[in-house]
Amino acid sequence: MQYTLLILILPLLSFVVLGLMDTKWKPKVAGTIGTTVLGIVTLLSYYTAWMYFSSADISGTYQEIIPFQAEWLRFTDSLHINLGILLDPISVMMLVVISTVSLMVHIYSLGYMKGEKGFERYYAFLSLFTFSMLGLVLATNIFQMYIFWELVGVSSYLLIGFYYTKPEAVAASKKAFIVTRFADLFFLIGILFLSFYTKTFDFGILTSGDASVFASTAGVSFMGISVMSWAMALIFIGGAGKSAMFPLHIWLPDAMEGPTPVSALIHAATMVVAGVYLVARLFPVYVLYTPDVLHGIAYVGAFTSLFAAVIACVQTDIKRVLAFSTISQIGFMMVALGVSKMGGEEGLGYMAGMFHLFTHAMFKALLFLGAGSIIHAVHSNEMSKMGGLRKYMPFTHWTFLIACLAIAGIPPFSGFFSKDEILTAVFNFNPYFGALMTFTAGLTAFYMFRLYYNIFWGKEHKHAHTPHESPFAMLFPLIFLATVTVFAGWAIPFGNFVSSDGVAFHSELDMTTATISVVVALLSIALATVFYMKDSKTPAKLATTFSGLHKAASHRFYVDEVYMFITKKVIFNNISTPIAWFDRHVIDATMNGFANVTQWTSRRIKGFQSGEVQQYAFVILLGAIMIAALVIFV
Amino acid sequence: MGDIFTNFFAGIVPLEAYMVVSLIMFFSGVYGFLSRKSLLMILISIELILNSIDINFAVFNRYLYPENMEGFFFALFTIAISACETAVAIAIVINIYRNLGHVEVDSLNELQEPAEVAENTEVSK
Repeated sequence: MQYTLLILILPLLSFVVLGLMDTKWKPKVAGTIGTTVLGIVTLLSYYTAWMYFSSADISGTYQEIIPFQAEWLRFTDSLHINLGILLDPISVMMLVVISTVSLMVHIYSLGYMKGEKGFERYYAFLSLFTFSMLGLVLATNIFQMYIFWELVGVSSYLLIGFYYTKPEAVAASKKAFIVTRFADLFFLIGILFLSFYTKTFDFGILTSGDASVFASTAGVSFMGISVMSWAMALIFIGGAGKSAMFPLHIWLPDAMEGPTPVSALIHAATMVVAGVYLVARLFPVYVLYTPDVLHGIAYVGAFTSLFAAVIACVQTDIKRVLAFSTISQIGFMMVALGVSKMGGEEGLGYMAGMFHLFTHAMFKALLFLGAGSIIHAVHSNEMSKMGGLRKYMPFTHWTFLIACLAIAGIPPFSGFFSKDEILTAVFNFNPYFGALMTFTAGLTAFYMFRLYYNIFWGKEHKHAHTPHESPFAMLFPLIFLATVTVFAGWAIPFGNFVSSDGVAFHSELDMTTATISVVVALLSIALATVFYMKDSKTPAKLATTFSGLHKAASHRFYVDEVYMFITKKVIFNNISTPIAWFDRHVIDATMNGFANVTQWTSRRIKGFQSGEVQQYAFVILLGAIMIAALVIFV
Repeated sequence: MGDIFTNFFAGIVPLEAYMVVSLIMFFSGVYGFLSRKSLLMILISIELILNSIDINFAVFNRYLYPENMEGFFFALFTIAISACETAVAIAIVINIYRNLGHVEVDSLNELQEPAEVAENTEVSK
């Protein structure tokens, strides 16, 4: 399966070529090349998935396949960094997700970005991102993953700041980069801890379940917590940064300043689930050696999920609603992984998390692309500028509705199945916890339909020109993703492909949980219908009744302000300013002093080098006379 | 002092008389070299200095070591060398004239850093 290398090489090549040619080619050529390359990559990914999932051995286990591996940096005999390609159920699944969504975004952007300045650059960056993300999921070891991890960070930064003349976009890209980079620092420390004790970076060895690998960590602890827990918790912080877990979520809503297809690709479907993927990748280590950390992940995920869902209920910018919804859904995936155990039915959470990752990628990309289509028609992100759009944009309307139903968890759409698995897993872990997640799921349904009704129903806003349906290049991805959303839930027996221990198992729908969650979802939708379908006074009245909560939620619970306070008031004033003073007045001053003394001296003695020959001759003469005088008189 | 004049008028020129002439020539040359502004005049001054040295060579040889000839040869060599040196110097002077349009030696200080540039290269604070 050496050809899998092409999956990585093609987008990289496309990036290099498009990046170098830049504006030398017509935008159309650049777009076509980027999309064609991605089409080939997608076909290769599907082929790989087909080959891989039809290769299960007799016991129904999927073996890890490493079709390519090369040693890159050797530190010691056992500790070396390799670059390679690892195929196992989750990486192959991610391959399919990334290439599908990326291809859809490529096609969509042909319509959406048409006529934008920097169209070629945009496609070059998309290729770079796709390359990095594919490299991330195919990494054979944690360090290779870290390299691609940073690469996706860079491409995300470049794409958020695509409209680099807009100050908000620049600020947002900077924020995204700094926050994720800050989290990645912990990730790196975690990697170093882990590799220091286990003497390996390799996922295959780390997750083999071989206790001797971790033998040297026994009894080593720091501040009363074992060093393994530290390492795994630090690695999770890296994942939390990328996946926008509380309190590192602040960059994701701002990242919506980027072009909408980019939000769909990076900030909804692929890059933000990298943290989930990381936890899933190291799942055996978490579950066998540091179950406490894993539970911590579940609690962080649950809190983030609820927190983001509450905020999503009051946001007015449609992309921000979707951003908070993404944070909330990633929280669901984290919870699912966190409550999971190893093997078979016990590992339901693991499978559910991955399943939700898959379905969420599809329907959230669909929602974002739908939102892009709406923004394309209305030229605004604000809900108040929309309303009554269903008459003008039938395709967008129907596909958006499908996605909303999917995320709300209404059968037979894909979100229902994956969310149901998650809730079942959580109920098995702890019923109260399950109730909380069900409540969050209800909130999800509520804010999604609030969004839906505000856009497509309600009072019609006076538009400068009649909104129009988007061109075919934008509708095709919508229809394709909607189709996937309709079928993926029940047509794909996901447990057969992905499970915590690689052994296929058949997961049944838990009827009790399913009934509860559907009832909750329907109630929430009904509530949203009452509130928002027609112009109603109730929401405004409720907002004044709970004005404190409403205000706090619309300010995103002041997390940004807390960050600003900590960084500006505490860190900048007390640490950075004195250090800057020291740098400027002590270190710089010393160096300036050297330079100034040298210059002063040279200025004083440069008179000797006047360049006037006669002066020189006069000095020589004086010297000669003095020597002569000395010889004669002394 | 009396001897000198006696001998001089008797047709016997003493060594010191030559030395006086040579000394006058030498310091005229040095004075010219230090004070003249034109390169050509400086060149002529150098020739004056060289000629004074030639006289010294000849005179010392004639008066002090009459049996040897080295002094005369040195004088001849010096004349040849000064001819070469003058040729080279003239070439340089002509080139300077072509490039700058004048041969004033006190304005030939192009290799020195100009004063106003030096002010601007202060280390930035």
